[in-house]
Amino acid sequence: MSSAEIAAIPENEGFKIRWGDCAPFIALALIILLGALINSNFMSTNNILNVITRSAFIAIIGVGATFVIATGGLDLSIGSMMAFVVGIMIMAMNALAPSLGAWAIPVGALVALVVGSLCGLLNGLIITVGRIEPFIVTLGTMGIFRALITYMTDGGSLSIDRSLRSAYRPVYFGDFLGIPYPVIITLVIASLGAFILYRTKYGRRVTAVGSNSDVARFSGVHVGRVRTMAFVIQGFCVAVAAICYVPRLGAATPTTGQLWELQVITAVVIGGTLLRGGKAHIWGTVAGALILEVIANVMVLSDMVSEYLVAAVQGTIIIIAMLAHRFTGPR
Amino acid sequence: MRKLTKGAALLSATIVAGALTGAMAHAQDKEFTIAVSIPAATHGWTGGVVYHAQEAEKQLEAAFPNIDVIISTASSATAQVSSLEDLSATNDLDALVILPFTSEELTGPVEQVASNGTFITVVDRGLSDPSIQDLYVAGDNIAVGANTADWLVDKLGGEGEIVVLRGIPTVIDDERIKGFRDVIDQSDIKILDIQYANWNQDEAFTLMQDYLGKYPKIDAVWANDDDMLLGVLEAVDQAGRTDIKYALGGNGMKQVIEMVKAGDERTPISTPYAPSMIASAMYMTAAQFAGQAPMRGSFKLDAPLITPENADQFYFPDSPF
Repeated sequence: MSSAEIAAIPENEGFKIRWGDCAPFIALALIILLGALINSNFMSTNNILNVITRSAFIAIIGVGATFVIATGGLDLSIGSMMAFVVGIMIMAMNALAPSLGAWAIPVGALVALVVGSLCGLLNGLIITVGRIEPFIVTLGTMGIFRALITYMTDGGSLSIDRSLRSAYRPVYFGDFLGIPYPVIITLVIASLGAFILYRTKYGRRVTAVGSNSDVARFSGVHVGRVRTMAFVIQGFCVAVAAICYVPRLGAATPTTGQLWELQVITAVVIGGTLLRGGKAHIWGTVAGALILEVIANVMVLSDMVSEYLVAAVQGTIIIIAMLAHRFTGPR
Repeated sequence: MRKLTKGAALLSATIVAGALTGAMAHAQDKEFTIAVSIPAATHGWTGGVVYHAQEAEKQLEAAFPNIDVIISTASSATAQVSSLEDLSATNDLDALVILPFTSEELTGPVEQVASNGTFITVVDRGLSDPSIQDLYVAGDNIAVGANTADWLVDKLGGEGEIVVLRGIPTVIDDERIKGFRDVIDQSDIKILDIQYANWNQDEAFTLMQDYLGKYPKIDAVWANDDDMLLGVLEAVDQAGRTDIKYALGGNGMKQVIEMVKAGDERTPISTPYAPSMIASAMYMTAAQFAGQAPMRGSFKLDAPLITPENADQFYFPDSPF
């Protein structure tokens, strides 16, 4: 991380970068084309809407992860954190339902946003104040959050109150002018993320810290604060994803959000954000999340691959997409 | 301790009747320690195992004051090996009831415990060497698949098109699918598609959405697990599909048993692979020591269909599963 020559390579490439930035969208277009050729049902409105709506979770969490990764950090706890926030939110809503009725939903959502941000703050503070590698810290909190949700559910499942279920369902299944709400929420979060990252002083500091933290520190940036804030943004995004997630199945289980951290990190990297930090690409992350979800969808729709080999084909497609990225974009 | 084992060996051989009364008189005033080693509650089914083990512990200790039950949960095969070492190092174990994480990795360590003369009860997953165990209690995964398939063949009149969701690639999943396929293959029912969803509600939801997109007409779906079934039902409801006559799971999760009890038309049955089998095993083991009931052998719990009539027997409202 600290070697300056690695971080210096992607600088000063001017307008050539544009091609690299387009790569995830080109890859997405190619995979969609592949899907359309394999099965005619792929392009049906229902299927497309299903896939886009599903990818919302990974995309929303991915926006936060883009910030963390751009500062040179890494958060492995996001999947478990999501499950934990979902659990807290369901418990809060169930407790409030008798007194507040349907108003328990927005209040519960607010609780989730606060809890999520605090979880992120916890990660960030341990990393920056304790000066411990993000990998180790978030590996630890990953276990903690996972254990807490298992404890909260007794290893079974924690369901939302029946009276709230029908009022809350539309947040995942409903739509506005034909666009499902999770998709709208994704667009809002990604736009906000892009605005903060590209148009604010904080956003410029994020990439500055990621490309070379020493230089950033010498030029007066409070590196610890920037990093911590990135984790808080991550926690907030996790909570937003949790708010969209609960109405889908209405329950939290110990397997909720399992291995999502890997999917999110994959989406961020496919999207063109550098894993070592310093370069962030919010819309690329959204494209990355779509790519992962479309590949999984195409695998089920095609009859060519044995059920035992699906994961191998998925892995191969991701690697090919990354190689294509390397050869089409600037080196 | 040593005397007891010798007594138990004589007992099973039933050579001398006098030895029996002697051993029993001895058993009355002796304390027995039964260790129970099970996987930690990491998903619905193991959550149920932990719950039933704890309930059985309370009931057994209340019924037999001279029996002490120690429950130890482990989150991986390696952790279970360590916990076995700890249990046998810190206690004088008369019996060990174990639901092994994996067959191969646990066989050696359990053999080690058995060599001290401990009575070994194996539950669910067998060890690689069955000669180590004194008692084996398990459900019947092949029957879970086969009984569901029999019911489905009957209800669909022997023809139709169905989709299947698989769990995590393991022996349990393989056996269920085999039992199911063997029966289905003899009818005119066609399995349109079969994919893994890892016993995960979210993945089952996603996979079912894809199935629904891919096939305009599906007569029935078998999710092979009730946790996954809940995800499947959500996807079907959301798509508003009415062609699916039956959506079936398995394992006997309480939410699904509630549906069966309520006479749900789409999910009128489930098949038990009940986590309460750990309780059966603990009771049998206790009987070996506290009662005059020799318990050596293999016990296979059947997987009869859970219907509205008998659902009460399989319904544990306080269980997390």
